[in-house]
Amino acid sequence: MNERYSRQQLFAPIGEEGQKKIRGKHVVLIGAGALGTGNAEALVRAGIGKLTIIDRDYVEWSNLQRQQLYSEADAKERLPKAIAAKRRLEQVNGEVEIEAIVGDAGPEELETIAAMQRPDLLIDATDNFDARFIINDVAYKYHIPWIYGACVGSYGISCAFIPGRTPCLYCLLETVPQGGLTCDTAGIISPAVQMVVSYQMAEALKILVEDWSALRGKLVSFDLWTNEYAAVRIDGVKKDGCPTCGRHPSYPFLSYEQRTKTAVLCGRDSVQIRPSARRQYDLNELAELFRRQGLQAEANPYLVSVSLGDKRLVVFRDGRALVHGTKDVQEAKAIYYRYLG
Amino acid sequence: MTLVINGETVTVPDEVKTVSDLLAYFRLDNKLAIVEVNVRIIQKHEYGTTALCDGDRVEIVHFVGGG
Ligand SMILES: [Zn+2]
Repeated sequence: MNERYSRQQLFAPIGEEGQKKIRGKHVVLIGAGALGTGNAEALVRAGIGKLTIIDRDYVEWSNLQRQQLYSEADAKERLPKAIAAKRRLEQVNGEVEIEAIVGDAGPEELETIAAMQRPDLLIDATDNFDARFIINDVAYKYHIPWIYGACVGSYGISCAFIPGRTPCLYCLLETVPQGGLTCDTAGIISPAVQMVVSYQMAEALKILVEDWSALRGKLVSFDLWTNEYAAVRIDGVKKDGCPTCGRHPSYPFLSYEQRTKTAVLCGRDSVQIRPSARRQYDLNELAELFRRQGLQAEANPYLVSVSLGDKRLVVFRDGRALVHGTKDVQEAKAIYYRYLG
Repeated sequence: MTLVINGETVTVPDEVKTVSDLLAYFRLDNKLAIVEVNVRIIQKHEYGTTALCDGDRVEIVHFVGGG
């Protein structure tokens, strides 16, 4: 018995057989914020075979209160979260293969991973429903279980969706939530994060050891400050006409129209812009170009950050950019094209 | 009327007659919620016509986006 996993193997529903299964599994984690770092550390310590982490953001000081894989040095360097997470996780467990993807988890990217790598599980650690409906479509199209998780303030919610066994997120919601409804600015405390991570990880372990009958089968929610708990069984809501898991699925969130090129980031006062064609910047050259215009620019191997008065432009190698200090897509686009053409 | 909401016994005013009324009373009517009454999920178009009775067990879970 490998000492490292001895306590997990002593747990009867996992055992030696379960540990072998866990070791053979590939999990894709979408988002490396609070829920993402919690799930990532738990998965890697549990000894999965491979973890793919996709995140479009970089580490900031405000993340350190709850995003458990990051350090002050990561925030100072503005390291992309996927990269900083990979570095830390490799120290935690060198046996696990970690793939870090700095970028958007759009329909193209997720579908490519699902089709090429056939992962065993997708874990949602995103902060918006646009991404979740894409995950939901990819999961049902390629028959991969996925686990929803979200939290705000002291409240959290989670649910596992299993193609062929449970209805999907679309069946449950019927409508796609509009931005304002879910962009939370109410803050967050770390126990709410950890609780959601626990619900997600428990279902993840059951899925990885293929103990299907142990799955909760419920949408669960809690509030750790008001001491409330609620859970509803989801098996009754399956709809035959569902565009994702119904009889004639069309996977609407993977269609071309859904491939939005701009996105307002939830609660961040920031807009993300993806150029229609991929670019390839030499970041040092780009930083130099900004400096010659009298601007203050800093580069690391992954991005360039430029101060523009009360706004800040952050450009990644592939041309994707974040404009901080605005929620106005047109204004953000204007800044992007002014400085990057 | 007395209901068991998310496991807690709660008394609501007489004006609360349906699931719609209940969500409005708790100011959850413009949030995205899943409502279960006596272990049955109520579809959104049934909120206005689903009457609540004394002693009903109601579970309300609302969706959030952050993570
Ligand atoms: Zn469905």
